Amino acid sequence: MLIVIDYNVGNVRSVCNAFRHIGCDVELSRDRRKIEAAAALVLPGVAAFGFAVNALGSLGSCIKDLALAGKPLLGICVGYQMLFDESCEFGVHKGLGLVSGAVIPIPPGRVVPHMGWNKVGLHDDMALFAGLGGEKHFYFAHSFYAKVADSAAKVAYTDYGFNLPASVQKGNIYGTQFHPEKSGKQGLQVLRNFARIAGSTHSTNSGQASSLQAEGRDD
Amino acid sequence: MLTRRIIPCLDVKDGRVVKGVHFLNLRDAGDPVELGARYSDEGADELVFLDITATIRSRKTIVELVRKVAENIFIPFTVGGGIGSVEQMDELLRSGAEKCSVNTAAVAKPDILTQAAQRFGNQCVVLAIDARRSKTKAGHWQVTVKAGTEPTDIDAVEWAVEGAERGAGEILLTSMDADGTQAGYDIELTRAVADAVTIPVIASGGAGTLEHLYAAIVAGHAEAVLMASITHFENYTINQMKEYLRDRGIAVNL
Repeated sequence: MLIVIDYNVGNVRSVCNAFRHIGCDVELSRDRRKIEAAAALVLPGVAAFGFAVNALGSLGSCIKDLALAGKPLLGICVGYQMLFDESCEFGVHKGLGLVSGAVIPIPPGRVVPHMGWNKVGLHDDMALFAGLGGEKHFYFAHSFYAKVADSAAKVAYTDYGFNLPASVQKGNIYGTQFHPEKSGKQGLQVLRNFARIAGSTHSTNSGQASSLQAEGRDD
Repeated sequence: MLTRRIIPCLDVKDGRVVKGVHFLNLRDAGDPVELGARYSDEGADELVFLDITATIRSRKTIVELVRKVAENIFIPFTVGGGIGSVEQMDELLRSGAEKCSVNTAAVAKPDILTQAAQRFGNQCVVLAIDARRSKTKAGHWQVTVKAGTEPTDIDAVEWAVEGAERGAGEILLTSMDADGTQAGYDIELTRAVADAVTIPVIASGGAGTLEHLYAAIVAGHAEAVLMASITHFENYTINQMKEYLRDRGIAVNL
């Protein structure tokens, strides 16, 4: 069972919809026992950083402990940004500190927010991108970005007039600044890869059939 | 580099997708859940859902419909029409919307843009502007509210700038003069707004040919193009639009 952390911020439903679509056993929850028992955790987030951190509250340290103990964790967008040490969006706020780095504004001189589809250079050795080839477009929507300072983290970048970190992997900790659940077929493949990492059981509902169909059409 | 976005728009009335001309003479264009799934599958970059009756209807039906559409699409999803509070935005975001667009409420109480940006981040906040060419001042456009029924004295370009300062992360700019005509976007309006703000502008109203899309991007400086009639009634597929733009040198997600 995959648990998507429900912490009262926007649009966590779409992450669940996407996992269900690919035949994954997923539940939206903030129940500690379920979180502790989960095969893997997904920390979504459509919110300002400070609001998200406050809404997460004491669940944050619970998630951090589980991730440090080896449970696969996928942070998405602000959920990804919260993996880092701190952010300065509407005041300075502490993150989970699982990956070294700070969340700072996208530098001026370009359209902000960075919103839309941008091409990410994918690494073969990043498990989230298995089967996706060298470059793919993913959907971004953010005004702040994580300046990664962790030498133990693998980083995939997108070009937004500078090398903008689009995804990190540090051991069992994964994060995407982009929204895989909103990135069409290639996004569903990223989620499928995470489900595979988590060893989450695939159910036999119609979702699996459509995921195979989607896989067949991947170019 | 960001690609330019192709965004089909579902104008929804009484549970059906409709499309009119200048916001009037609506004709049926299909089921929103089916149409949404089709566009997601065909490679649309985003989907916009506008509840065009929302200002006078109960919200509950719409939230339920948004949820059903969201369950079947895996691309960004913007919902607008009749949103009056940050709580309503929260409800829609929790139902599967990625962003919310506000029009009438933002004109009535511009604070809603700031409050929403502080709570959800400004990438969630879309300022929808329905603009009509001024009959008295050349090169100016008036903001219109309440689904195009109520003109205001507000200048569309100035309002766009103020909206961005207050927290909007994107502008959905509809030319009421061009809407539904398929005679081309109002390029002058699009460029005036796009050049005045640093946030993305979605050109809307008037798409009829592939050339119109190209013009809105190249001459109108739009980051994204929205269309309804030409996709709903299957004049062009999403792929045809993207291939056309790509072949003319525009970066698209293809």
